[in-house]
Amino acid sequence: MQTVMMCQALESPNPHPCNLLTCALYCDLSSASHSLFLKESQSSSSVVADNGLEYEAVIGIETHVQLGTATKAFCSCPSQYGAEPNAHVCPVCMGLPGALPVLNDKVVEYGVKLALALHSEIALTSKFDRKQYFYPDLPKGYQISQYDVPIASKGFIDVDLPVEFGGGHRCFGITRVHMEEDAGKLVHAGGERLSGSSSSQVDLNRAGVPLLEVVSEPEMRTGLEAAEYAAELQRLVRYLGISNGNMQEGSMRCDVNVSVRPKGRPQFGTKVEIKNMNSFSAMQRAIDFEIDRQVTLENEGLGHQIKQETRLWEEGSQRTISMRSKEGLADYRYFPEPDLPEVTLTQDYVDATQAMLPELPNAKRRRYESLGLSMQDVLVLANDSDVAAFFDEVIGKGTDVKQAANWIMGDLSAWLKNEKLAITETKLTPAALAELIDLIKDGTISGKIGKEILPELLQNGVSAREAIEAKGLSQISDAAVIESMVDAIIAENPKQVAAYRGGKTKLQGFFVGQVMKVSGGRVNPALLNKILLSKLNC
Amino acid sequence: LNAYLTLTEERAMAQAKEADRELAREGRVPRELKPLFGIPMAVKDNLVMEGVRTTAASKMLENYIPPYTATAVERLEKAGAITLGKTNLDEFAMGGSNENSAFGPVKHPLFSDRVSGGSSGGSAAAVRAKLCQFSLGSDTGGSIRLPASFTGVVGFKPTYGRVSRYGLIAFASSLDQVGPFAETVEDVAQIFEVMSGFDAKDGTTARLKKENYSQALKAPFDFKSLKIGVPQEYFVEGLSADVEKSVREALEFFKAQGAELVPISLPHSPYCIAVYYIVAVCEASTNLERFDGVRFGERPASALQAQSLDDFYKKVRAGFGDEVKRRIILGTFALSSGYSEAYYTRACQVRRLIKNDFTEAFKKVDVIMGPVAPSTAFKLGEKSSNPLEMYLNDLYAIPANLAGLPAISVPCGVDSQKLPIGLHIIGDAFSESKLLSVAHAFQKGRVH
Repeated sequence: MQTVMMCQALESPNPHPCNLLTCALYCDLSSASHSLFLKESQSSSSVVADNGLEYEAVIGIETHVQLGTATKAFCSCPSQYGAEPNAHVCPVCMGLPGALPVLNDKVVEYGVKLALALHSEIALTSKFDRKQYFYPDLPKGYQISQYDVPIASKGFIDVDLPVEFGGGHRCFGITRVHMEEDAGKLVHAGGERLSGSSSSQVDLNRAGVPLLEVVSEPEMRTGLEAAEYAAELQRLVRYLGISNGNMQEGSMRCDVNVSVRPKGRPQFGTKVEIKNMNSFSAMQRAIDFEIDRQVTLENEGLGHQIKQETRLWEEGSQRTISMRSKEGLADYRYFPEPDLPEVTLTQDYVDATQAMLPELPNAKRRRYESLGLSMQDVLVLANDSDVAAFFDEVIGKGTDVKQAANWIMGDLSAWLKNEKLAITETKLTPAALAELIDLIKDGTISGKIGKEILPELLQNGVSAREAIEAKGLSQISDAAVIESMVDAIIAENPKQVAAYRGGKTKLQGFFVGQVMKVSGGRVNPALLNKILLSKLNC
Repeated sequence: LNAYLTLTEERAMAQAKEADRELAREGRVPRELKPLFGIPMAVKDNLVMEGVRTTAASKMLENYIPPYTATAVERLEKAGAITLGKTNLDEFAMGGSNENSAFGPVKHPLFSDRVSGGSSGGSAAAVRAKLCQFSLGSDTGGSIRLPASFTGVVGFKPTYGRVSRYGLIAFASSLDQVGPFAETVEDVAQIFEVMSGFDAKDGTTARLKKENYSQALKAPFDFKSLKIGVPQEYFVEGLSADVEKSVREALEFFKAQGAELVPISLPHSPYCIAVYYIVAVCEASTNLERFDGVRFGERPASALQAQSLDDFYKKVRAGFGDEVKRRIILGTFALSSGYSEAYYTRACQVRRLIKNDFTEAFKKVDVIMGPVAPSTAFKLGEKSSNPLEMYLNDLYAIPANLAGLPAISVPCGVDSQKLPIGLHIIGDAFSESKLLSVAHAFQKGRVH
């Protein structure tokens, strides 16, 4: 079995600029001679086919991220989702004769932010190109994109796989990041696709919306890895505040390329593109299905039937179906965009942007790990930057880390889910939660009481102390008081006492319940049990 | 003459009435705010105007009504100019004789069996025939200067980036410029002053301070400090004898006033036409992709019966004229995979060499002079059979577009048949003040 090893990034001929800290545990390197190192319990990255050959999948992902800028990439139309068709258009994004594009610099700013977060090399000078083809949703007959000089290249992204799937770290290469504009949308009457519908309508609201295209190195090996890569990318763009990364809304779209090859063979197999996956789980299922399909064909000696084509993931039937054959590569006749000057950045600007980046998900996860939290907890807490910020503030008050984590992931999270609110939308402040946890720790109230008053804090923003006073809920820890309560209950329930002393020790719970009822649940449970047992067992 | 395609009578009258009202209110012409107050102008029909039919002389846009107005036109109207109508041109500004219009050619104002030149033939003819006080044209490969030379008016192409292209139906994005036609250089300077300047809607406009060009013309001109470059490559075979004579006489005028004629060489001149006809057609092929009949433009009946998307596009785009189709095909070919490097990229590299020729020359001289065209206005139909012959007409005008330099055509004589000849003056980038001063001094000093 392969063992854990230090990242060979610096020794290999093609050094992969991984974060050494991450790679200290597990690292997937780009050169074909390195195979994947996995924890024992995890599903294998290779598929053993019936013919005995071990195949591995080679997966690459192209992601389009719609940027949350106020206006479009090249004009001042609002960039908004869900408006009336063709409500946000102008001569520029409609491609009317005589209209000219002018670059929205927020797009460059967001591009640099993402490029830096992906540890990539930023091109201080880059340019735009026209990518030409005819389609009704492409108003100018060309898309303004970046072809040979993208804004960034050669980066990487750190991913932590979910604990329930075996966990583990991965480090995937990023080939490039570039800026481009989105096309409009076609609405087909009478069908889901162009073929088979009676007419189509064009909505150009989306035409000209800025996109960042991120292309990964083909380093993922399973549907899970691909899905987690996408999830991490989503996490990144949300952390950076450049996109809401919502796959259902279409603000993040992933196209996947899948091929298989016998393990150890350096040449890639035939590449199949898969589109139409609207969630991470769909991505995972689609890829796993496709890998299976291809390996099965190879296994049956029908490998030649794997064509270079585009397939659609059908959520209903849970399979990929052939869309159309990619007749070779389309000739987009790329050509430098003459209407837009070159994009020039200064190193100062890049450095300043770098300095302004928030703590990114991976750094946060490593920091939480170092606090002693379990990987499970780390992944939940660091997933959403608002939750993480809240958590950081709570522990910043000196509160017990594990307690803070439990409260946030448990009761707080459940309440939020029920009320359909975000953590930033409640009246509970991190300070209030910290206080609550401290009050439980020092015995002023029991954990149970704490859970009871939490909704008060969430809905009305009162502090724990205020809630306790208002309801008179402070924990009773005076031994004398508890003793007298216990005495009373014992006196009132001679039958149960006799039964207990006769051997039915389970009745302890009954007595505890009675005392709790009488005291309104305020008795210190540990103390109660101690006193009760001493009185019952005498 | 067929100079006008659309008359904007209602608009003009409304503007005129408003001007009258303003005059009555102010008691005088508000010259500071509106330097072109009440002056009638014609606009080349490839500049969009809100609510006014704009065709680019093409069947594709036969009934197209734009929802916005070109910046250059907007600025002129704000300065008081009154639009009389849209003038005829070669379809999509592609041509040198205005014979490629889908709505008939423009006739020469003095000789009705001859061309006015192109592509801004209508604009030039309208000024010459006094059908307006001044007009707007566009110049990509000589389309202002050539018709100016043929019709005997002043035609001016500014430095690339001086005047906004927002609203100019694009032909070749890195070559197109909007410019004025008028009878005098003084008028041209005033119009240019109003039109020019940075436009936030056009990313290729230069952020430079506004200059007062009319003021620059008022200063007495110092001929003695003027160095005129005369390119040896320009006076070669193919240049009509009459044109050469007239241009040389103009040069002599300058010399007589004390200017120095400096022989220079622009060694890459022979490549200009080839480079232009690759760069321009490549850019044109992409700029014209938007004419697909989906959002605007004509949809012929045959297109409505199309069997597939491809079929639809083919039937719609069959509406382009022959010259336009020719250039789109050439451009698409030159940009296609496997050829792009050899044609487009190469042409861009040679273009830089051509520009360097001028950079070197302007270290030694202030302006460069020569003929505008190798001949005078030819007869209608004379050059239509061979497109290449037509292309050679642009020989002298093209280099200024490739190098992005300002250039002007000023009438300098007539040939034996009384056909007008223009003197071509090219200036260094952004040196319009100097260029216009030289042209003005010539026009004022020479009496015909």
